Amino acid sequence: MNSIDFEFVSGLLRRRAGIVLTADKTYLLESRLAPLARKEGLNSIDDLLQVVRARRDERLITALVDVMTTNETFFFRDKTPFELMADVVMPKMLEENRQNLRIWCAACSTGQEPYSLAMMLDDNPRLTGGRPVEIVATDISTRVLEKAKAGLYSQFEVQRGLPIQMLMKYFHQKDDLWQLSDRIRSKVTFKEFNLMEEPRAFGQFDVIFCRNVLIYFDAATKSKVLDNLSRIMRPNSYLLLGAAETVIGVTKKFEATKERRGLYQLTSQAASGAIRAA
Amino acid sequence: MKRCLIVDDSRVVRKVARRILEDLKFDTSEAADGAQALDHCRADMPDAVLLDWNMPVMNGIDFLRALRREPGGERPIVVFCTTENDMSHIAEAIRSGANEYIMKPFDSEIIESKFAEVGLV
Ligand SMILES: C[S@@+](CC[C@H](N)C(=O)[O-])C[C@H]1O[C@@H](n2cnc3c(N)ncnc32)[C@H](O)[C@@H]1O
Repeated sequence: MNSIDFEFVSGLLRRRAGIVLTADKTYLLESRLAPLARKEGLNSIDDLLQVVRARRDERLITALVDVMTTNETFFFRDKTPFELMADVVMPKMLEENRQNLRIWCAACSTGQEPYSLAMMLDDNPRLTGGRPVEIVATDISTRVLEKAKAGLYSQFEVQRGLPIQMLMKYFHQKDDLWQLSDRIRSKVTFKEFNLMEEPRAFGQFDVIFCRNVLIYFDAATKSKVLDNLSRIMRPNSYLLLGAAETVIGVTKKFEATKERRGLYQLTSQAASGAIRAA
Repeated sequence: MKRCLIVDDSRVVRKVARRILEDLKFDTSEAADGAQALDHCRADMPDAVLLDWNMPVMNGIDFLRALRREPGGERPIVVFCTTENDMSHIAEAIRSGANEYIMKPFDSEIIESKFAEVGLV
């Protein structure tokens, strides 16, 4: 792929999804665009880009952004965030007697993250004290959302991070795949959402999981996304990021909590702003 | 160093599992069926057992039940690793005292994830 094509596609990705692709990722671009070209009945990546340029076909541009997302995920990824939920966040919510608990997984990929939360809360009723919890899960990719909604996972996927007791309790076999029970699936609402957009329409949240997605963005986009999140946090709410992500040097709206690593809350300045805005 | 006994009638599977477990810093030993494995455990109880189901002489589930009746046999963490991949086998294994269950084919990532699940890594 020549540098003009690379600039074209990486520019498109950056504008549409905030995703930064450096020139050393040309191989990645090629390996993802070639199957898309074939699927569209086109002979080559050149032809594909020609069509995108000439027609500005929204459906095709969306498909192109979709194939360029990295959707790596697994159940109970990194464990720590789920321990933080059980040890710190949920006890705090109960202590404050918070009603209508709302959790948002802001880049949920194929659903393992919100489903891990749903299973964990179902498995430990003391965590919620019987309160209903709403879990909203969003992603920019409609391809991963379809898979997430179906709740169907391969044998490989159900063996990454998922304890066997959870498999026995919440899944059943469906041909070669494993399907999550209707009961757990019904606890998560999946919606398409691009983090480059304003999330206010989703309402306010007590907990936001925004994990392993900021890593793909440049500093300005990270900061904008976190600003947006800060405006839809209920007072004293929690933000959880991926293991390689931080707010330090990125935003003044969030700060790490004193108790535990990996757990973030609004800074007092952002919190007073949030109350004014609400 | 934690010790893991690898029980499988396939030499190839044992070799693959051995490589992965040695990378995870386990001291490994091998047995080709349940009876050999039981002898091994009586002489030298390991910290963990990676256990196939279908084997000649004594199969994995019979070995597991026998192991759990041995003095000190409740201690090792037993992880099944088998092509049996249906819910009834999984349930029977867990009822009989297995701690985790791997459905073949496996790779290093699955072994590591499952061993982490039961606190071995
Ligand atoms: C690596 S996955 C992380 C999944 C999960 N949160 C986890 O930590 O395992 C990153 C996800 O972010 C999504 N994504 C990338 N850019 C996005 C954007 N601008 N808006 C919403 N989602 C985006 C991708 O589609 C992908 O599914």
